[in-house]
Amino acid sequence: MAFDEIENLDEFRTEVRGWLEENCPASMRTPMKEDEVVWGGRKEKFKNPDSKVWLERMAEKGWTAPTWPKEYGGGGLSRAQAKVLEQEMARMHARAPLFSFGLWMFGPALIEFGNEEQKKRFLPDIVWGKTRWCQGYSEPGAGSDLAGLQTKCEDKGDHYLINGQKVWTSYADQADWIFCLVRTDNSVKHEGISFILFDMASEGVETRPIKLISGSSPFCETFFSDVKVPKDQLVGDVNGGWKIAKRLLQHERSSISATGFGSTRGSGMLELEEYAKIHVGTDGEGRLADGDLRGRISDHMMYTKAFSLTVARSQEQAKAGQEVGHTASIIKYAAAKMNQDKFELLVEALGTEGLGWSGPEFDEGAKMATRGWLRSKGNSIEGGTSEINLNVVAKRVLGLRDHQ
Amino acid sequence: MTFVLTEDQDMLRDTAMTFVREELPVKHLRDLRDAGKNGVDPEGRAKLAELGFFGVLIPEEHGGVEMGMVALGQIMEAQGRTLAATPMLQTACIGASTLLLGGTEAQKAEWLPKIAAGEITTALALDEGTHHNPTGVATEAERNGQGYTLNGAKKFVQDGHFAELLIVIARTFGEPGQTHGLTIFLVPSDAAGVTITPLKTVDSHGAAHITFDDVHVADSHVIGAADKGWEVLEPVLDRGCIALASEALGSSIAAFEMTLDYLQTRKQFGQLIGSFQGLQHRAARMFTDIELTRSCVSAALTAVDEQRNDIGELASLAKARASETVHLLSNETVQMHGGIGMTDAHESGFYMKRARVQEAMLGSASYHRDRYARLNNF
Repeated sequence: MAFDEIENLDEFRTEVRGWLEENCPASMRTPMKEDEVVWGGRKEKFKNPDSKVWLERMAEKGWTAPTWPKEYGGGGLSRAQAKVLEQEMARMHARAPLFSFGLWMFGPALIEFGNEEQKKRFLPDIVWGKTRWCQGYSEPGAGSDLAGLQTKCEDKGDHYLINGQKVWTSYADQADWIFCLVRTDNSVKHEGISFILFDMASEGVETRPIKLISGSSPFCETFFSDVKVPKDQLVGDVNGGWKIAKRLLQHERSSISATGFGSTRGSGMLELEEYAKIHVGTDGEGRLADGDLRGRISDHMMYTKAFSLTVARSQEQAKAGQEVGHTASIIKYAAAKMNQDKFELLVEALGTEGLGWSGPEFDEGAKMATRGWLRSKGNSIEGGTSEINLNVVAKRVLGLRDHQ
Repeated sequence: MTFVLTEDQDMLRDTAMTFVREELPVKHLRDLRDAGKNGVDPEGRAKLAELGFFGVLIPEEHGGVEMGMVALGQIMEAQGRTLAATPMLQTACIGASTLLLGGTEAQKAEWLPKIAAGEITTALALDEGTHHNPTGVATEAERNGQGYTLNGAKKFVQDGHFAELLIVIARTFGEPGQTHGLTIFLVPSDAAGVTITPLKTVDSHGAAHITFDDVHVADSHVIGAADKGWEVLEPVLDRGCIALASEALGSSIAAFEMTLDYLQTRKQFGQLIGSFQGLQHRAARMFTDIELTRSCVSAALTAVDEQRNDIGELASLAKARASETVHLLSNETVQMHGGIGMTDAHESGFYMKRARVQEAMLGSASYHRDRYARLNNF
């Protein structure tokens, strides 16, 4: 990085720090309560009124989507500037103003594949948290084998007609719109898939939440019967959806790399090391009193550092025009392992404080850790199981062959 | 932080890779072993000197090519691939760095050109027990007229069985365990009172136990200030760790490539064994480990060139992860080769034996995990 760039970043940092100090409401600097997470959309209630103020102030700057172009409501920041913003928010324990699949997954794909009209129509509402999006990918018969999806999309002249079923649709019952993979040609597999957008309030859409071991119901079964969709809501070419689907999965992965799975960034939960020191205690030299646990937590800290360096390396090599498919392919696998390890260590370090389910007797952050631990078991299943990821590495990267 | 090589670094990498493949393949180490040379290879050393590799950290005014740590890392990775026994770590990295970071202008002018030209090699005589413990030095240096008198014993000194110049860490003050009171001395290996016992080591690279009985060292041979050797030693050890991690990364990659090749040729039950998922997933995990380790090594190398303030943390990260990776890779290489992996005729065993030395030297994974935690106030 050039020296003047560093100097400009320092200036930017001062500016960001000042703005955050002035604009981040005090209650937005406290540990996140699970029922105060802002996902936006028509159903958002802003349980804590400060969270509405905080979201609007950040959206005004475009800082909910720091690197998106300004013309679509984004912040227009460079990657380095966005990093500074992230660091400054972390420094003051500021909550993330908005959690959103639109920000993390759909928006970046639309910026690449959508037409101008679609970008102008959908992106600003994502930045402002006005539309909450969900992802219609998996089906009962198409999990690891995603391209086997069967949800039917017929061309009816002036509109499309959609029939079928999705499953593991994250927050479908809370979402306003869906970006959905549908079958527009039955005679071919990958080349018969299209990428389409529609309103979840459309006639013929039904959702049923699925309750998980963590007690939450982030996923739904989603049913479509004769759902009519206007033709200008298909993104890219008819039968050209697989390319978009794959790219969107990459954005999903890179958002995983930026935030970690089910990230605690912006949630206000304390770091693993802090919880460990509080609940296990330290020796005279400030080291964790339990030497064995200290070693395992240190190992995890180093794995986390190695992971973030690998993400940085992959980004830099991509910028330099080098092939990075090899590195990218391991990121999802490593992220799942890292996050699961983190939560296992958190629950262990918290001791009995990590074994609470509900009620004011248990610390909010600790309860988040416990629910997060249970939720993290899905990290090696969703978005491609770890086994599928290892298959991909073995076959596509290492060139190992199938049984003959 | 930069992870992408410059054109010059890339060219050097190619040169180093070609050189070790053609001149110092694993077979060369086997031949040295079978001839009883114990890792001593004057011809290999002359070729390294010809390529200018010994001067990679040394400024041009002292006869080097000053290409930096990233460049040195490429050479170390290359020699790790073929397990080459060279004085690069001890001389080009540790020896040159000690003089560069702690030497006076006169000391640099005297020694650096000789190092760059391959005329002398150096060996760091530091550890006294069976585990790396740089502050645990008990070897004493007593003030004596215009110099010091050294007494003590050093264990498993890498390259100590052939190096012409020893870099001896001795205590001029305090007790073992303290950083204050350590002093760095240059001692020619043929000085009176120096006894060198060559060791036959598992990796066939050799090493030496060295004792010092009333060895006289002149003031001109003290590096840095008396009692304050730690200020020089710590950054020198960081560089050594990073270079050694680069070497271990190279060994891991070579062992992995050999294993992958075997998975794609060996057949059982009428199938390539690489088509069995039980092996595919292990291979994919090893690849993941290598990629993560490469990022750590690469970050640590550039941190030195950029003179960043997190070199120590990154050095421990790189050394710990590279140690664990080469441990796993060398074990899996033997296992996946099956019976042939257990034979001396195959190269798997060479990788496993060298791996354990790479792991132990300059601090094991557990040593560096602890150091990483301490540097992060944990």
